[in-house]
Amino acid sequence: MRLAEHCYRSIDAIRGPLVFVERVFEARIGETVTLLAPNGQRLEGEVLKIDTKQVLIQVFGETSGLDLEKTSVTFHDTVKRAPLSRHCLGRIFNGSFEPLDGAPMYIPERWEAVSGAPINPVARAYPREMIETGITAIDGLNSLIKGQKLPIFSSAGLPAQQLVAQILSQARLPGTGEFVVVFVALGLHFNEFNFFRNTLEQMPNRFVAFFNLAGEPVVERLLAPRLGLTVAEDLAFNHQMDVLVIISDMTNYCDALREISTSREELPGRRGYPGYMYSDLASLYERAGRLHDRPGSVTMLPVLTMPEDDITHPIPDLTGYITEGQIVLSREMHQKGIFPPIDVLPCLSRLMQHGIGANQTRADHRDIANQLYQNYAKGRELRKLATVVGTDGLLEEDRKFLHMADEFERRFVHQGEERRDILQTLDLGLELLNEYKRGTP
Amino acid sequence: MKGVVTSISGATVTIDLRGLRLYDRVYIGHARLSGEVVHLEKDHTTVQVFEDTHGLSIGEPAEGTQAPLTVTLGPGLLGGVFDGLQRPLPALQQKSGAFIRNCGTIPSLDLQRSWPFTPSKEVGAVLAVGDIYGVVTEGHIEHPLFARCAGKIEHIHSGPIRLNEPLVTLQGGEQLFGFQDWSVRRPRPGGEKCPAEVPLITGQRCIDFLFPMVKGAVAIIPGGFGTGKTVLEQSIAKFTDIDVVVYVGCGERGNEMAGLLSEFDELRDAAGQPLLERTIIIANTSNMPVAARESSIFTAVTMAEYYRDMGYDVLFLADSLSRWAEALREISAALEEIPGEDGYPTYLSSRLAGFIERSGVVKTATGKLGSLSMILAVSPPGADFSEPVTQACLRAAGAFYQLDTSLAHSRHFPAINWNHSYSLFSKECTAYFSREIDVQWPTLHHRCRDILQQESALREVVEVVGMEGLQDRDQLLMSAAERIRRDFLCQNSFTADAFSSPQQTAQRIAAIIADYDQAVQRLEEGELLTDILQGGNNAPG
Ligand SMILES: Nc1ncnc2c1ncn2[C@@H]1O[C@H](COP(=O)(O)OP(=O)(O)OP(=O)(O)O)[C@@H](O)[C@H]1O
Ligand SMILES: [Mg+2]
Repeated sequence: MRLAEHCYRSIDAIRGPLVFVERVFEARIGETVTLLAPNGQRLEGEVLKIDTKQVLIQVFGETSGLDLEKTSVTFHDTVKRAPLSRHCLGRIFNGSFEPLDGAPMYIPERWEAVSGAPINPVARAYPREMIETGITAIDGLNSLIKGQKLPIFSSAGLPAQQLVAQILSQARLPGTGEFVVVFVALGLHFNEFNFFRNTLEQMPNRFVAFFNLAGEPVVERLLAPRLGLTVAEDLAFNHQMDVLVIISDMTNYCDALREISTSREELPGRRGYPGYMYSDLASLYERAGRLHDRPGSVTMLPVLTMPEDDITHPIPDLTGYITEGQIVLSREMHQKGIFPPIDVLPCLSRLMQHGIGANQTRADHRDIANQLYQNYAKGRELRKLATVVGTDGLLEEDRKFLHMADEFERRFVHQGEERRDILQTLDLGLELLNEYKRGTP
Repeated sequence: MKGVVTSISGATVTIDLRGLRLYDRVYIGHARLSGEVVHLEKDHTTVQVFEDTHGLSIGEPAEGTQAPLTVTLGPGLLGGVFDGLQRPLPALQQKSGAFIRNCGTIPSLDLQRSWPFTPSKEVGAVLAVGDIYGVVTEGHIEHPLFARCAGKIEHIHSGPIRLNEPLVTLQGGEQLFGFQDWSVRRPRPGGEKCPAEVPLITGQRCIDFLFPMVKGAVAIIPGGFGTGKTVLEQSIAKFTDIDVVVYVGCGERGNEMAGLLSEFDELRDAAGQPLLERTIIIANTSNMPVAARESSIFTAVTMAEYYRDMGYDVLFLADSLSRWAEALREISAALEEIPGEDGYPTYLSSRLAGFIERSGVVKTATGKLGSLSMILAVSPPGADFSEPVTQACLRAAGAFYQLDTSLAHSRHFPAINWNHSYSLFSKECTAYFSREIDVQWPTLHHRCRDILQQESALREVVEVVGMEGLQDRDQLLMSAAERIRRDFLCQNSFTADAFSSPQQTAQRIAAIIADYDQAVQRLEEGELLTDILQGGNNAPG
């Protein structure tokens, strides 16, 4: 180990967020560096690549003030770490962990590497406790489980942020652990920022927020989620809290990844996103979980916008392959005035099976969910058919499904701002099923 | 052999060592990270590191071992949970806690554990390479031990023994232990290949009845996200009638592995043994290093071959092969190789074919037949089956279970698309089932497929004229097909229906077809369609 920091003025090239430094005596992969620009601006960076001639640095921040001659680069002999303490609660930071709320930085209890370490699969406790989000279409049909990662797939112009805010203010967790939210905003616009800030202020000392706004450096979007997750792991596994991590919007994260990859002149994969995007996303999403040997949990609710409403686009596709299900918002539902505009058919919660039923929610939960799904799926299929052959071409029996699908959307999925607990949700489902069985039109 | 690190980019490291061979294992840096040689040039060697390289610096030492990446084979593999390099995860947890950090080497097998050993040779006997000299009892498995080298036995042990104690001393001092190392990239010799013809009974109606699989064959399960690959693989791992299961979680979720572990710990097999004791689990989750993900399937298949060589039926399940292919692609891109289709290296399909070739039925040294079957999940991007990995697998697989996103969305599970899936073993298996289970099996099989086929033709008509527009007879057929789909092909893995024996499978389909025949007859006798439909066929599933 080197003991001292060392400083260079031998920048060879600057390409977007990447800086190449020559004749570096010793550098480590992942080591943090500080760049001091001639105008006095300080920037942080990280070592990506080293060879005998050059060191490649990725800079977090705006590189426009840097030059080749006067800018200095200091190597710190440590990987990027986050300052940890439970005093982070109630605080708002930017994407580089600097306070945005006017209060001074706290004194950290410890520092941890932001890249995290993978949880040993045998140390994981399988998630089994449902988090009541208060949203019927989620709790009833796609339950969120403590330790799960469940993304929201949205499309441009749909009220994903409102849904997230509603979950934030209405979610209740089982057990006695302290419930806190880590909120990571990536590339948000100012009014979204304000909206969330107001929502968070309703829950004093129960949140930590990292805000990277639309105009702020792109590379910070790669850093901020890691800061948020490192804080979340600390609160969960060292302070026994149940932490819900919300990251919005992952599409901005992926676009940042693509931008950096392009400036590194890497071979582009599908739609220009790098080939390692699956592994990179997994290094974030897999940090959700619970452990056998201690209380506390990290649950993740990332939000992403599907480009062109396309669920096969690499961003939702790779996310879906890593996360444990997905909540899909649909334009069609939104146009019908349904809130939350959840299309339950492509939705899924893979961990639901073990988190619901007799000892957890209610014995008939699984049955109700299955039957509602099957009837609604059939109704939707018939709705498609009816647009071709007309309702008259349908069997009497089938027209009932059509009606049921409408009622399901209007009464079960649609709920506005009201909070429904799980029993209300299940009763409502049962009511719909009974109506259908009696055949009341 | 010692040298130094000359450049680092992520997990790809070059060193100045010369004289290494491709795939030699190398230790990198002060932390002794393990890696594998992937490229050789005149003046430098490129190494892919299996662990996190954060903190590594150029000038740090590099050490070549002159030996390839190996796995340790011996008693104690069953019931084990390993990472892609065969490091036992429970021991790793004891060493580094709940999170995996670099922590040096850990023996793959517990060398302190004692095993009952019964010799089958006596002092003075002459051993040839590959001869069995005794047996260890490993749970339900009689685990024969093969001689690694030839010679005359000077001393042979009997009774309980630990793996770090010699079992046999040969003349000249050579010692034989209960374990051996084997290079993961070199297939084990096995023996003469034999045809695969015995059905592999999975307990999944759709597979056993419509698209049966045989022991020693390869099946692939491609499907988009959330279509049920993992649930299907895990159900098969639980219920299949087999001696040993090797399950590889390759680049998938940690929670799924935790679920598998806790479930297998509780469940018993048909003989009342904990399921875990016939299973080897390799967990290299998506956030673990990419190079170890690439090696994980080779690590796993080598262990599978080892039990096959003893004459057992082994089932190898991988979830998902696409993650392996992507790891290969990531490594290839880091090496700046010229990419082929979709960025995959051009050697993808040959590498894959070489791996799949390791399946099959072999006649082992003792004359016993051993089999290695593979059921491989594939995760095509955007659920588009024309992509290279699905296509490369397709060429090598004998059974193809295509999972359909729209079936999954309407909660039809397992979401096996009955129009696009196939099995090349239908004929052999139908003959077997007709002999062993029910003489009606071939007829039922034929009728069932026929009804499903007619239904898809009729569906096109319905899309134009509606159900009302169909003839009465066709409406009956549609209703029978619906019942086949709902009550026969659907099989919920989270209920008692998760396993269906071939007898139960035959009974269930026979009942549906009998009802249908009866309904047709009633129609012919002049009864009204509405009366018939309301009669028996409408009971909800
Ligand atoms: N046989 C089944 N019975 C009941 N439910 C099932 C069955 N198969 C799948 N499901 C449901 O579908 C969900 C998704 O299945 P699974 O996790 O196996 O998908 P997958 O194809 O492995 O997805 P990915 O590629 O993202 O890993 C399960 O969590 C479960 O709810
Ligand atoms: Mg899966």
